[in-house]
Amino acid sequence: MERRERGILENIDWTTILIYFVLVFIGWISIYSAVFDEVHSNIFDLDTRYGKQMIWIGISTLIALFIIVIDPKFFSQTAYIWYGLFIIMLLAVLAIGSETKGAKSWFGVGDFGIQPSEFAKATTALALAKILSGIEIDMKDLKTKISAITIVAIPMILVLLQNDTGSALVFFIFVLVLFREGLSLSVLIFGVGVAILFILSLLINPYVLIGILFAVTTITWILFRSRKLSLLLFIGLFAVASGVVISVGYVYDNALGSHQKDRIEVLLGQKKDPQGVEYNVNQSKIAIGSGGFFGKGFLNGTQTKYNFVPEQDTDFIFCTVGEEWGFVGSVTIVGLFLALMLRLVRMAERQRSKFSRIYGYCVASILFAHFTINIGMTIGLLPVIGIPLPFLSYGGSSLMSFTFLLFIFIRQDASRMDLV
Amino acid sequence: MKNTLSSRRFVLMGIFITVGIIYIIRLLFLQVFDDSYAQLANRNALRFVTQYPARGLIYDRNGELLVYNELVYDLMVVPRQVKNLDTALLCKLVGIDRDQFNARMDKAVKYSTYAPSSFEKQISKEDFGSIQEKLYMFQGFFAQSRTLRYYPHSVACHVLGYVGEVNENTIKKNPYYKKGDYIGMSGMEKYYEEILRGTKGSKITLVDVHNREKGSFQDGKYDTASVAGQNLYSSIDLELQKYAEKLMANKRGSIVAIEPSTGEILCFVSAPFFDPNLLVGRVRGNNYMELLNDISKPLFNRALMAEYPPGSIFKVAQAMIALDMGVISPETGFGCDKSLVGCHNHPAASTVREAIKMSCNPYFYRVYQRIIQQTNPNTGKGDSKYGLSLWDEEMYKMGFGKKLEIDLPDSKSGFIPDTTFYSRIYKGDSWNFYTIYSNSIGQGEVGVIPLQMANFAAIVANRGWYITPHLVKYFGDENLKKRNTKYVQKHNTLISREYWDIAVEGMYGVVHEPGGTARRARIDDIAVCGKTGTAQNAGADHSVFICFAPKDNPKIAISVYVENAAGGGGTWAAPIASLVAEKYIRKDVLRKDVEQTYIEAAPCQSLPLRKYIQKSSSD
Repeated sequence: MERRERGILENIDWTTILIYFVLVFIGWISIYSAVFDEVHSNIFDLDTRYGKQMIWIGISTLIALFIIVIDPKFFSQTAYIWYGLFIIMLLAVLAIGSETKGAKSWFGVGDFGIQPSEFAKATTALALAKILSGIEIDMKDLKTKISAITIVAIPMILVLLQNDTGSALVFFIFVLVLFREGLSLSVLIFGVGVAILFILSLLINPYVLIGILFAVTTITWILFRSRKLSLLLFIGLFAVASGVVISVGYVYDNALGSHQKDRIEVLLGQKKDPQGVEYNVNQSKIAIGSGGFFGKGFLNGTQTKYNFVPEQDTDFIFCTVGEEWGFVGSVTIVGLFLALMLRLVRMAERQRSKFSRIYGYCVASILFAHFTINIGMTIGLLPVIGIPLPFLSYGGSSLMSFTFLLFIFIRQDASRMDLV
Repeated sequence: MKNTLSSRRFVLMGIFITVGIIYIIRLLFLQVFDDSYAQLANRNALRFVTQYPARGLIYDRNGELLVYNELVYDLMVVPRQVKNLDTALLCKLVGIDRDQFNARMDKAVKYSTYAPSSFEKQISKEDFGSIQEKLYMFQGFFAQSRTLRYYPHSVACHVLGYVGEVNENTIKKNPYYKKGDYIGMSGMEKYYEEILRGTKGSKITLVDVHNREKGSFQDGKYDTASVAGQNLYSSIDLELQKYAEKLMANKRGSIVAIEPSTGEILCFVSAPFFDPNLLVGRVRGNNYMELLNDISKPLFNRALMAEYPPGSIFKVAQAMIALDMGVISPETGFGCDKSLVGCHNHPAASTVREAIKMSCNPYFYRVYQRIIQQTNPNTGKGDSKYGLSLWDEEMYKMGFGKKLEIDLPDSKSGFIPDTTFYSRIYKGDSWNFYTIYSNSIGQGEVGVIPLQMANFAAIVANRGWYITPHLVKYFGDENLKKRNTKYVQKHNTLISREYWDIAVEGMYGVVHEPGGTARRARIDDIAVCGKTGTAQNAGADHSVFICFAPKDNPKIAISVYVENAAGGGGTWAAPIASLVAEKYIRKDVLRKDVEQTYIEAAPCQSLPLRKYIQKSSSD
């Protein structure tokens, strides 16, 4: 027993833990700065957002400690139970949850709320790792693909039904994990291709676009004719691409809500609305941009503090960092996330257990999705999609679920030397 | 196999790094290279100050100012910015004690710590002087100027209306208005709100740590200029309005006077009235409640909203309709058969002119009988429904039973019963002339508002047509007056002028000939044509009179109602109307004794007659 404890402390990845606590700390002081007011200037004041965040940090630390001390096999063995539990929670929240900002995704308990969709990402990661770590599993099998997709799709659809499009979008990121486990590269390329066509067809008249596609296909075919590529392949590609372009219009008009369309159109510069939809993004860019190289200094951000930026302590917390700590601070955050994600990939690759490796990739991918969408939104590269920045944004569900997600992997990694 | 898949990690790491690099480059441009964002990199707070445009002024027909703006200041506070406050000094300047200060600060903090809220509202120019000197000492406080409406002559409250803070409903419906904005709540202020108010602007200013303005933000790039409201040039004659209010000061009722040739309203009084300045500024709330709860209903605009039975005045209209339909001739006579309907003692009327002059009830019973019991050309039978529908059409043409589109809000339309109405009341076709004959003498189901009565006087004065009564002739400013083109169309009754001449003669007789009912309305050298009426109701009857003068080329048409003043139209309403006419035509009243008598007279039965007032206001 004693040896095992020492083993954990020796093998645990302290770098990851350090990055975690640095990010959490930056988040906490940014929340303090964002909602600071003279009346409640004590950072430990429990009536305030930063006071509450301190409680969340405390609880999260306890969760982390708990995960570290228990048997690492616990989570691999109970993966499906966790998964099932949160599917039930997602169903329950649809039935009896409370609504915030148009999304019905909360269980309210007094002042505090719990958002099952945040945890569902972690439990889905567990279940996906579990199913893909089976002995007979091969990503090339159709059966494997279907079961993996099902595992991801069920919670994703439930989250979508809660009207929480942002969180649902994150589930797409599991495709990176599937790719690492053997999914064909063409699926990834196909996905990226569809995304590019989606954006193009919003910018260009669909008929013109189809014309361009036809021209490109024809030219490519003529250029590469000598390589004996089948004409059928080109015709097929062209047909699929055209199909995508045409269906985009339909999907765009019918499947997306008007505010989502507005956000996309603003991003693509097709709509000018400085006081409306554009407002968030503009104010966010002004806040970050006005930070300059070194920033305005702690508690000196005027844009974020005077409520110019909406949601400046939750989804737009990066603005506070950008405004008060400048380019230096922003790059530090980006660098920390990048370091964390790359470290997680490295850690995943050193696992002997297939479950741990897959789970590690899930953790890295989920963090990547949140990082990309959230920061991309605040700097005006992506449409406004309301999902939190891991470890920094205010919110108990968010912080606890990311802690849960990360520390399960840290625990697996710490016992990687154990016999599987 | 395992190894090839393992190398896929580089693809993933590549994706992560690519996104990271893209974001860093973007941040580099956003934060380091792009100066336009960096311009905001100062420690100054931005202050958004709404630029309130001056609300348009209102003038009378001779260029006298009726409504003007007075600059007042709201002291605003941004709780978040309050630092090192000398509370005692501030309290002393504003004139409040420490407890009030705390209460106001709490309220402001509750609203928002970042957004400005008003600390003290509507400080007068004089009081603000001393505050302004010291304002720089109070970090987090600033002044916002706005204008209040003042009424230099304290007249015409029901015409001018008043302004007040917008309510939640309006804000929801119309995004132009923000909490704390002012909006016209009644009268012309409400009807012409969009013309009077102009368009708000906004100015963003930078303020330094000492709360001093440091100039506009980005050279005013984001500022919008306010557009001043337009003035209204009304048709009200200030002197006449004052005079009419003097006459009605101790009475209940109304006076409406119209220039017949243009439809312009010369004076418009609903009594009891009040000083419109009572509903301005900080005293508004209490005064409003007092007026609202006053048993005599001073807020109730009787001239537009009180529907009275028209009484005998209606007989003139019946005569015109019957002549137009050809069911009587000017020479038709009917005996005064009191078994049909009661009447006073007078010789039998042998012509229409005489009947109008003597106001014979049985005569008009017969006239109305002929109107209603007409033969329907489609069936060949006497048909009351047919007759009534023809009658309705004629009534509508005279502006009765429909809303006169005056430029004031909340006008009633009066009531002229139609066949549908009677079929509903009598649950079928069981009604006929004998059930509805009261209409002939202006009782029964018919209802009119004083404005419609004045308009009818104008129709007779014009011998058959009217322009919709209105209050605003021009809007714009002194240099660029735009004509109010809404009120130029003549509405013709299509009744022959020669019949109207008979009405004019009859009404002349009412005032000037023996046997007429309104001898008290006589002015020595001005030919007044009038008709008395008595509107029956609970309590004492209302005294009603319409008239116009002079007989030829009339300058003024008037309706006067004196509520619950026993004695009929000739006793109270007629002399009051004649005084108004004399004042307007001669600019001075020579009959000083008459003037004295009726200014002092207080004939109205004392209140409470709540029952009646409420009934009429809810009709």
